[in-house]
Amino acid sequence: MNETPPARLYGLHLAVVLALFGLNFVLPDYHQGLFPRIMVLATFAMGYNLLFGYCGLLSLGHAMFFAAGLYGAGLAVAHLGWAVPAAFAAGLACGALLSLAVGVLALRTSGVAFMIVTMMFSQVLALAILYFAPWTGGDQGLVLPQQARVLNLGFAAFDLTHPAVRYMAALFLFAVVLLVTLAIVRSPWGRVLVAIRENEERTRMLGYDTFASKLAAVVVSGVVCAAAGAAWALLFGYVGANFASVQYSILPLLWVLMGGAATTLGPLVGTLAMYYVIDIASSHTSAWLLIVGVALVLLVLFFPKGILGALRRRWPGWLP
Amino acid sequence: MAFGPHLLLAVLEGLVSAAVLALTALGLSLVFGVMRIVNVAHGEFFMLGAVLAWAVSNALGGHPALGFAGALLVAPLLVGAAAWLSERLVLRRLNYEPEATIVATIGLLYIIQQLALSFYGPEARPVAPPFSYRILLPWFGYSGYKLFVVAASAAILLGAWLVLTRTRIGLVMRATQYDREIAQAFAIPVDRVYAGVFALGAVLAALAAVLIVPISQAHYLMGQDPLLMSFIVVIIGGLGSLRGTMVAALLIGLSDGIVSMFFSPTLARMIATLLVALVLVFRPQGLFGTAPR
Repeated sequence: MNETPPARLYGLHLAVVLALFGLNFVLPDYHQGLFPRIMVLATFAMGYNLLFGYCGLLSLGHAMFFAAGLYGAGLAVAHLGWAVPAAFAAGLACGALLSLAVGVLALRTSGVAFMIVTMMFSQVLALAILYFAPWTGGDQGLVLPQQARVLNLGFAAFDLTHPAVRYMAALFLFAVVLLVTLAIVRSPWGRVLVAIRENEERTRMLGYDTFASKLAAVVVSGVVCAAAGAAWALLFGYVGANFASVQYSILPLLWVLMGGAATTLGPLVGTLAMYYVIDIASSHTSAWLLIVGVALVLLVLFFPKGILGALRRRWPGWLP
Repeated sequence: MAFGPHLLLAVLEGLVSAAVLALTALGLSLVFGVMRIVNVAHGEFFMLGAVLAWAVSNALGGHPALGFAGALLVAPLLVGAAAWLSERLVLRRLNYEPEATIVATIGLLYIIQQLALSFYGPEARPVAPPFSYRILLPWFGYSGYKLFVVAASAAILLGAWLVLTRTRIGLVMRATQYDREIAQAFAIPVDRVYAGVFALGAVLAALAAVLIVPISQAHYLMGQDPLLMSFIVVIIGGLGSLRGTMVAALLIGLSDGIVSMFFSPTLARMIATLLVALVLVFRPQGLFGTAPR
């Protein structure tokens, strides 16, 4: 692997963030409403990518981390009346605790068993959300009132329900996570994660504590996904049990595969592409699940490296 | 109702779900044991069996027994053919890579589910049981058909066990499970065995579905529960161990029936799932399995 000039690298990522910033002013209303959702979901996918793409751990239960952030923030607002920053922090804390517990247990297994164990833990959380319906709203979910979703920073108050504010908040989260991912991937720890993906035994032989590295990866990934979940609750005001379902564990996998696993921008590309494919398809037919299914099968058969993975092979080898 | 008869009813209900669960889980276990892949679409083959059973018995008309017999013959064959086709078209090209296979079978799950929704619709539809004889016990009457389900499942399980242990087909399958490469070296067509096993697993799920559909209706989302439960059974029984699968199916089916009669089903499912995940974490070879080679 040849060393990439950092200027070009950070330039590319800043350009993406600036492009997204600029899009806020040119996009028509409808798409201006879609983009914050895509950016928050892309953040979710970036969290997933950190574990799946770089560390090679395929989890089928990431919906639980998203849901931990979602409910951590949502319940704090709905029942405790916390302000936005405190609620967001509560979501992050829930994600961190849950991912630490799940990581300690699930990392004792590997391969197929790891997927099944993560899927089951996620299922337990989904069932718990239904079981504690008096607090969580069960199947119906909760709607957070508009007046609770105002970010008060002392010198100014931002109404998170306003389209432009919402867009900027989502972009801010996305940009921070994107740069953090880039920094992690280029750090020594990021290299260890890739080494674990390629050959865990050999990495251990070289003297690295692979369990600690993997656990840290699960926790960072879980916290990022929880941040996406908490942002979803605060920006869009809806907290629902279907975000904890298996489907929301599979969607980030699909987005990451589509965009290209182990590429920093892949999750954004994949989420954007898939979101618009489904959006366009669902205006013609209600059978959008069919498209998800066919996309998964075709991707895994013909493009196992995804869009950016295929691009990287033929053109800029330096793409992270 | 007094506690004793109530418990008897719970045990009978548990037996019915255990019987159907054993069939479904056996299919999953065979596929996992021989091919070393996790088939996430297994529950959808179950659902497909139920939906086709409704279609066949509806098309045949006439006496319910006729429609049921037709469904019992045709639906599993069609499901087996669909599974065979998807194995040939998709899974074989992936070289049975564990992670790629999981992703591909998730794709299959969505495809089958959506096709069922589009062509069959969102309604839950019943299939008439072939006979409606009620056995009168001193405390309550019990559907004779449910007991027939238990007997039929037991017969199919016995048949599957005989095929696996006593025939040449079973020998070939076990040889492939034991060591794929050595089997290939002994001129066993491993490739065709894989296709056959995958289809057979789907056939077993479809048989279970046809048996259960007169009791619980056919619905396009009905594959989710059997999938999770089969996973639980196969894991508790030890991945790839057939005897373990049987014992675990009986254990889980019975306890699920009994617990959900006395407690909230959501709570029961929650605790069961958590326990199974912990079994997998602390005893990866399952309760009855042997350590992997």
